[in-house]
Amino acid sequence: MDFSLGEDRQMLADSLRRFLADKVPFAVRKTAAFEGQGWSREIWGQLAELGAIGALFGEDVGGFGGSPFDVAVVFGEIGRALLTGPWLATLQAGHVLAAAGRTDDLAAVIDGSQVISYAEEEADTWFDPAGITTRATQSGEGWVLDGAKTVVAFAGSVDRLLVVARAEAGLSTFLVERDAPGLIVRDYLLIDGGAAGDVAFASTPATLVGEAGSAGPVIEAARALGLVALAWEGVAVMDALRDQTLDYLRTRKQFGIVIGKFQALQHRMATVALEIEQARSAAINAADRFSGTRVERERAASAAKATIGKAGSLVAEEAIQMHGGIGMTWELALTHYAKRLVMIGHELGDEDFHLARYIELGHELATA
Amino acid sequence: MDLNFTPEEEAFRAEVRAFLADKLPVRLSDKIRKGQHLTKAEHEEWHAILHARGWLANHWPVEWGGTGWTVMERFIFETETALANAPRVLPFGLSMIGPVLLKYGSEAQKKQWLPRILDGSDWWCQGYSEPGAGSDLASLKTSAVRDGDHYVVNGQKTWTTLAQYANMMFCLVRTSTEGKRQEGISFLLIDMATPGIEVRPIKLLSGDHEVNEVFFTDVRVPVENLVGEENKGWTYAKYLLTYERTNIAGVGASMAAFGELQEIARTQRRNGRPLSEDPQFAARLARLEIDLENMKTTNLRVLVAAGAGAAPTAESSMLKIRGTEIRQTIDDLMRRAAGTHARPWLPESFEGGWNGEPVGPEWAGPVATHYFNDRKLSIFGGSNEVQREIITKAILEL
Repeated sequence: MDFSLGEDRQMLADSLRRFLADKVPFAVRKTAAFEGQGWSREIWGQLAELGAIGALFGEDVGGFGGSPFDVAVVFGEIGRALLTGPWLATLQAGHVLAAAGRTDDLAAVIDGSQVISYAEEEADTWFDPAGITTRATQSGEGWVLDGAKTVVAFAGSVDRLLVVARAEAGLSTFLVERDAPGLIVRDYLLIDGGAAGDVAFASTPATLVGEAGSAGPVIEAARALGLVALAWEGVAVMDALRDQTLDYLRTRKQFGIVIGKFQALQHRMATVALEIEQARSAAINAADRFSGTRVERERAASAAKATIGKAGSLVAEEAIQMHGGIGMTWELALTHYAKRLVMIGHELGDEDFHLARYIELGHELATA
Repeated sequence: MDLNFTPEEEAFRAEVRAFLADKLPVRLSDKIRKGQHLTKAEHEEWHAILHARGWLANHWPVEWGGTGWTVMERFIFETETALANAPRVLPFGLSMIGPVLLKYGSEAQKKQWLPRILDGSDWWCQGYSEPGAGSDLASLKTSAVRDGDHYVVNGQKTWTTLAQYANMMFCLVRTSTEGKRQEGISFLLIDMATPGIEVRPIKLLSGDHEVNEVFFTDVRVPVENLVGEENKGWTYAKYLLTYERTNIAGVGASMAAFGELQEIARTQRRNGRPLSEDPQFAARLARLEIDLENMKTTNLRVLVAAGAGAAPTAESSMLKIRGTEIRQTIDDLMRRAAGTHARPWLPESFEGGWNGEPVGPEWAGPVATHYFNDRKLSIFGGSNEVQREIITKAILEL
């Protein structure tokens, strides 16, 4: 048994970490996250050069990684740096492209020249693709889309969208150009940094990716990988919150002593540390089981998301509370980490959604 | 990253399973499965079976009768024995006094006592807690005064587990009231048959008799029964508290109990459907299963680190806290699953050979006593609050 990431992955982690720490100070990342488009395309391009995007995809489709532990490394560094950008969308959309054998489209994503987002969720789907109503109809040689997607990552500033829509044959995936006719984006910033948009389609021309009606299993696997990514990002954010809070407990004085001497805070900090280690184990499990059977993969992914959701609120709330008034300020880096951690809980299904899903998959397991 | 056991480890697991299938008496595993009490003779029987295979002292050095197993092999052994409903190996001789003697005992003491632990000649009990010294163990008052070639011991110990069966006690006594409290404590080995010792049972809230009070009145203990140096006993006592905590989470036992709980949830019906389909109960069960899976991996991470030479402190305390919480949650869900049938209390049914008619399903009989009895888990072995102190000390470095 071996819980180390291995030399190659450690090198990738180190190079991403060094780049982000040395070349893009926190103040720069924070400005990028909360102003303008909510991310920096320049940093994106530099990270693409360093291989951060290529690491998310296998060699057979033009990347040089693609295992869940490669994904783990990249998203761990994104979390540690609190970096915004369409990372998760790229991971999911890229895996749909890869599954359909569209390696040319994927190559442009990997080298950073084309930035893609992923549009699955709708106002009423509540994390479940079964409720998707955006309609795809054949029109001559091609397809057109009608409907609307919500909170699509960086919809206002990417080049293309990978859209999940319902064709007559069932759920299908499509590529849509950002400047396609009949496509309207209303974009906005996000509370945890970055931006997203509501996207409306009116007879918008689209290119079918893969076979019509066969997207279900592909987008499910892409989501499972997305859940692995979010779990590792979440744990990295938790680590950062723990370290910053420990520093504060060691230095902040009240009643003449450092507040870390107070037992009420010590015991709560111990619980925070314990929950982070459990969350880390859940993230490891999710990555490990990704290559198992579908039910194993999905159960471990949902278990991880439920764990990260539960631990995440605790760690974020405690970090703010133990910082007192300063923990309420925009100024402090910690507060942005706390927001990100709680909002990770709202991506790709929240704690309750995944707990229910874990139960459902358990019934499948029992009756299998 | 590789979360698989090696082929050698899997072969070892198969060997343990074959041994259990062959040598674990159904008579014993049945009692464990039903939550019945083992007699003294049954505990000794299981120790003797393991000893005959050379597997009793699995964490001792080979030259003293240990197995030379890796931490991972020990974990596999603990897990497999628990899943097979084998009795647990009693810790008092094997995991408590044994390791202390191995580290701090004289050659003569090792030669005298260690073989007797293995062959079952001695049943040890632990004389640590006192009425005024619980989590604050260093405040203990039981005194030992040197008188020629004896110590004369006076005072009282409490919460002494299975002292009613023990013929020997390892005991912390105060030999000095000078200086720091920790520096006046010594570690004595006391023959329970010595005149002046009285053992009185403590009945627990569950009705069980597991623990006792032990009173000492002018009890004469030969000086050769002092372990190490006089007034250095605190060091030895602390060593014992940190020794071999990599399996502290009780993962195997919790996996076995969880399996039983799952089975109950599938078969027990409430409002016309299985409990496992009751949304409230299913959610509790799912949270528990996820916590257990997470803890299993945390435990393996700690084992791998320990195997590579790390000395886990905060991590062991995390495992103790979460391990006991999980076990208590299993007990809690068992009790909830039983509904109204958690309440009937038939103590005679907890003993072997009982042939009476259960009230409600058979499994429901002991669930409430287990629930109440296992409240102890977060209190003993360093309460979970003491464990949190250990964690903060390690991570805050204040």
